[in-house]
Amino acid sequence: MDGYYAFMLVATLLVLLMTTPALALFYGGMTRSKSVLNMMMMSFVSMAIVGIVYVLWGWSMSFSDGFSGDGKLFADPFKLFGLKDVTPDNYIYVMFQLTFAVITAALISGAIADRVKFSAWVVFLPLWVTFSYFPLAHMVFGGGLIGGKIGAQDYAGGTAVHINAGVAGLVLALLVGKRVGWPKDPGRPHSLPLTMIGAGLLWVGWYGFNVGSIVPAALGDADFDTAQFYAETGRTFANTTVATMAAILGWLAIERLLHGKATSLGAASGIVAGLVAITPACGAVNISGAIAIGAIAGAICAYAVGLKFKFGLDDSLDVVGVHLVGGIVGTLLIGVFSTKDGAAGIDGLIYGGGFGSLGDQALGALIAIAWSGVVTLVLGLAIKFTIGWRIAEEDEVAGIDLAEHGESAYDIHSGGGSGVLTGQGGKA
Amino acid sequence: MKLVTAVIKPHKWEDVREALEAFGVTGMTVSEVSGYGRQKGHTEVYRGAEYDIALVPKIRIEIVVEDGDAEEVVGIIVRTAQTGRIGDGKVWISPVDSVVRVRTGDRDAAAL
Repeated sequence: MDGYYAFMLVATLLVLLMTTPALALFYGGMTRSKSVLNMMMMSFVSMAIVGIVYVLWGWSMSFSDGFSGDGKLFADPFKLFGLKDVTPDNYIYVMFQLTFAVITAALISGAIADRVKFSAWVVFLPLWVTFSYFPLAHMVFGGGLIGGKIGAQDYAGGTAVHINAGVAGLVLALLVGKRVGWPKDPGRPHSLPLTMIGAGLLWVGWYGFNVGSIVPAALGDADFDTAQFYAETGRTFANTTVATMAAILGWLAIERLLHGKATSLGAASGIVAGLVAITPACGAVNISGAIAIGAIAGAICAYAVGLKFKFGLDDSLDVVGVHLVGGIVGTLLIGVFSTKDGAAGIDGLIYGGGFGSLGDQALGALIAIAWSGVVTLVLGLAIKFTIGWRIAEEDEVAGIDLAEHGESAYDIHSGGGSGVLTGQGGKA
Repeated sequence: MKLVTAVIKPHKWEDVREALEAFGVTGMTVSEVSGYGRQKGHTEVYRGAEYDIALVPKIRIEIVVEDGDAEEVVGIIVRTAQTGRIGDGKVWISPVDSVVRVRTGDRDAAAL
């Protein structure tokens, strides 16, 4: 029991690391040098705003009805408002879940890079987590509709986190519109080392996310089930590891076939795609299932990120191609690869479990897609027609860092010319 | 006097400098430049998005020499910088009316 408490402290810190700085670095490196600060700030401010909102009514709205399995859409936001009636020895669980809300909201920012008013993002964050994340967290983790009633499996957040953020990114990219000059100038990443550092840190942080999501059978000292704890954390840790490795290879293989080169951005992206896909499945599948899910997700996402050019969708940093697609792949493949030994004790399609589980998984994914889609559309339109999403076109061209924050990320041009000769403009 | 200007591949710069020093060239001006000729640039691909990078990095060397040395200096640069592949660069000679050494005010041949 003491060990479990220490484990939760570590897991919570690891998930905290995922948003700041891991996601901020991962996304920041992919933007142009004139927008990296704004991109990183979108993650940092998500930490600040969503975190505060979480202790006010987020925890209450997600978890205040005691995992009753009632199939509801959300719990009472006022029952545990401001953590009243939550005893401090339970705060660590609140903090753990808080970090999930923070990163889910921050993930969306990649879809609307380089062009959105900081104020619009600040207004969007508390509204979106209130109406999209907190309800979906209740539906999936809190005993609500998806996890409690339908019984769709989602160990750490394929639906509530990745499909949710991915759909929100899709809707916002459509509402906010393309960047000036896109797709003629798709915006070459300004620092792939930052992106690779971010991806590596995300990988480490993700063990907190997945392994920390264990729900012990009983918490009391006497009846804490050590055997369950060891077996389940071992399984989720190993699955998270091998799926991510397989996804790197899957992404690089597709890239090599389609474009002739295995790239560093592809390896970094493969890491995230694999982590996304194994998130819902890490407690349900065995090692070979995890390798299969990782490889399939890496390959499909590597192909999917190219589709935005066909649809004219400026999902700038591929929130849809990685998080929505990877989230759906992982959520559905549970229905194929899960084994009876897993956390939910259900055999998937290839182990003779039939299509029942696959159907439940699909229904869970569809509800998450529909819920997030409708909520984000309403909130996105409300902001579009009140304060507006876009910064002025000339500010976007000059650089959002200067326009919105009054800062520049790098002071390297003063000695090295204007940058005109080094091809920084880029063109497709 | 003549100004010899050479634009060459960056990895050949050290060889060219050594060859010119061996010949007796005592000074030169060198800059990192970008440009393109028939070689054009290259293509980079990021998550499936292709970027044509038009400009290629090169080294530009400028040397002022006496009239009689110009052809020899050009010959050294061409022999040393040549790889035989596209993008090796160009060397050209232009007339120079006058040269002044800033430190002493020496003119022309004495200033070289």
